[in-house]
Amino acid sequence: MSVLTTYARLRAAEAGRAEPLATVRHVHLAARPFVLIPLALAGEACAPLAALVGAERERPELLIVAEPRDRTQRFAFVADLADRVLPHLDSFTRDTEEYTGRRDGAKRILTRCTEAPQILVPNPGGIAFLRLLGRSTRFRGTEGPHAVPPGVPLLGKWLTWFTDRAEFPGSSQLLAMTEALSVHWATGQSGTEDGNLASLIGWIAPPDGHDGHEAARLAEDPALRPPAGPATDPVFDHTLHELLDRYERAGTDPLRAALRHQLEKQLRSQLAPTWDLMWRGVDLLRSLPPGASVAGRWEFDRTLFTDYAAYLAETGLPQARRDHAVGAARRLARLEDATARYELARAYDDPLVMAEHELAGRAFTGVVIATDPSRMVKGPRSALFRPLVTLRTDALPPRLELGDKVKSPTRRDQPARLLAVRALPDGDAEIDLELEGGLARKRKPPAPPGCVPEPGEELCYTVLDTGHSPLAFPDDEATPWTHGGPPTPYTPTEDDADEAWE
Amino acid sequence: MPPLSYDARKIAALTTNPGCARRAVLDAAGIDKARLAGRLGATPGAFTQSPFALTRGRAFEALVKANGYAELITLLRAELAAPVEEARVADLAAAEGDRASVRTRARATERLLKRVIAEEDSRLILDHPVLTLEIAGQTAYLEPDALSHRIGDRIHVVVIKSFAAIDGQADPRKTAAAAREAAVHVLALRRTLTGLGASADLVADQFLLVCPKDFSNRPYGRLIDLRQQLDAVEHQLRRLARAEDLAGALDADASLDLSVQGDQGPPVVSDDHLARTVESLDYLYEPGCLDFCELSRHCREKALAAGAPARLGGTVGGDLPGLDHIAVALSLAHGQAEPDEHRREVVERLRAAARLRARCLGRGVAS
Repeated sequence: MSVLTTYARLRAAEAGRAEPLATVRHVHLAARPFVLIPLALAGEACAPLAALVGAERERPELLIVAEPRDRTQRFAFVADLADRVLPHLDSFTRDTEEYTGRRDGAKRILTRCTEAPQILVPNPGGIAFLRLLGRSTRFRGTEGPHAVPPGVPLLGKWLTWFTDRAEFPGSSQLLAMTEALSVHWATGQSGTEDGNLASLIGWIAPPDGHDGHEAARLAEDPALRPPAGPATDPVFDHTLHELLDRYERAGTDPLRAALRHQLEKQLRSQLAPTWDLMWRGVDLLRSLPPGASVAGRWEFDRTLFTDYAAYLAETGLPQARRDHAVGAARRLARLEDATARYELARAYDDPLVMAEHELAGRAFTGVVIATDPSRMVKGPRSALFRPLVTLRTDALPPRLELGDKVKSPTRRDQPARLLAVRALPDGDAEIDLELEGGLARKRKPPAPPGCVPEPGEELCYTVLDTGHSPLAFPDDEATPWTHGGPPTPYTPTEDDADEAWE
Repeated sequence: MPPLSYDARKIAALTTNPGCARRAVLDAAGIDKARLAGRLGATPGAFTQSPFALTRGRAFEALVKANGYAELITLLRAELAAPVEEARVADLAAAEGDRASVRTRARATERLLKRVIAEEDSRLILDHPVLTLEIAGQTAYLEPDALSHRIGDRIHVVVIKSFAAIDGQADPRKTAAAAREAAVHVLALRRTLTGLGASADLVADQFLLVCPKDFSNRPYGRLIDLRQQLDAVEHQLRRLARAEDLAGALDADASLDLSVQGDQGPPVVSDDHLARTVESLDYLYEPGCLDFCELSRHCREKALAAGAPARLGGTVGGDLPGLDHIAVALSLAHGQAEPDEHRREVVERLRAAARLRARCLGRGVAS
């Protein structure tokens, strides 16, 4: 958060309506997202209670556990869920495309899926719940005592993979709707309150005749807007408690069927409002045009999806309970790298994000007032073609220094260098830049039209650089003692699945 | 109406928003804040516990203490390297009969603690003891789940919770809440022991957290350091002694009496009167209050009416030093007013933000 966001929040609070924080969409939205709203039983570590799932807005499917305290039933629920999720994932593995990439240290022609699945949950709590569900199912045996259907551990591995990917900024494979919306809108309430999907959407798109404050207050009433899970409303839990007890005691099948029907009705009433909100969230996000780098990030998501699907088809070992030191260090480096790349790409994609950097003095926007498109300067051996551009800007960027390399988001292939800054009496400033490339490989004037900015053009320049290379790690065999020496490959043990059934 | 007494949770909550004089006074006076919120026409914060959570919590505690506390004793051995010799358990919830009042149980606890002090190799575990703590002229009765026997000449507070530790990691927020409660218990126990002439060092500054392991019911225990929480709670308790001073600023006719005449008659003190008294107590609303204070939604409305930027969250408040009204901050940002010397810097930044946003969104600065 910066003063820019703070100011946006103040305005939202005053106007009673959310303010945009982005001019483009920074997350990918699949054509057919899979919406998954899990509910959990209070008090248990990971007892699924119900879920409303599906990739079609008009056809939500309700899955419930009639006896959530019974482990056998819990895994039966997971098997049900696997029957919905796995075919959806599978449907993306058929169409593939070829690309050139590196594998085992050499360039190769590889294939990846042309589309990949995307799972949407209401909030970060939903992601945390799926992570636990993955942890509790991926080690389960499909033979022997307490055997579960093969879909259960397979779904467990996929959920673990999705929730792991969700930690990487820029990945759109598993998104929490509240977080995706908060990236794009600032409300006139606190971040804590934004965690409530209903009140967040109440701010972004208040119903007719209400402002954001009122919409958010209405949304806070659990009787009107049940919580978006995974925790249920404690008041609703009393109804649920009674129904579950009656179900457990019910002697006859018809009675059980009737009670199950009632349970389904109750749970559907808790989930249906959130289902609508999820799709309204999808609409809101779709109303924004995608940022320029979104497709590239999604391509990376597709590649990773393809690779993991292939891994599951071949080896398919579950993820270890804990990373070893080397894996953890690599993961941390990848996370840092992904964060830096994502932040940078967002700034280049979106002037409103770049404005944060302008405010911090790492960028400026100005209007071109003069150019010298045929300027030549003395080089070490021969004269160099270095056109000059002069811009006028309304604020002096404090963090820029003469000689800094700068780039413009709209002219990414044209490096430039800051030559001079002249403060003007009215507070404005004139800035001279020399262009060091992006001149269609010309070594002397004239440059083809469009290569040199024209007077009157408004341009943003920043010192933020996209040319950033990730940290290099030694090979596994060369792992230093600080990280425990060369790691032993993970093999699942009996211990991993060891867990009392009752 | 009998005042509601402090419990460990309430005392711990005070450390979460220590600057709120309203809460300090209301708690010191033992006011039922949920009822008060209702009388003020606000929705009380919903802090009811789910029946599932309650059942699960009780079942897990029963499991830890089943078969002569076998599981608890095993954990004490594993985590605290307690010798294998048999330990005895005094169940203070049952010892004096189910209907024993907290006072009787507190006296019984004190008797047993005297014995524990006297015998260096005492092997007595106290289950459901009752400790007392003097807070702002009121005696709070606190009920830790258990106190360990003397191991390495230290007594440990034991907290039994039903949230799971998965692969050795429990929910950090819940763990932190448990630690705050444990700190209150440690403090109470130390004061009791020094009152009995023993050293406060007899109580460890770590507590044993017992919770279910992974997705099972098997208990898992870990020692957790409490020094930081102890400092925070001690500091708050010293401050609390001043709750009476805070209340001293109230008008002579101020009243927080929530009782009604007869059985269901009209209230003794009118709603307006209550509201006046509450409003005369300074509050410090921040969004975090919504997580623990029954009166938070009432204060939120007041903060909204007062235009306080802090209700938008700590970072917003922190970005606006010296600006305590949203509309004022905006008019300064839009150049409709001029700041004084102290606020020039923050207003300059706001103005830059306003300019940038106006340009990016293609609209006028204030439109």
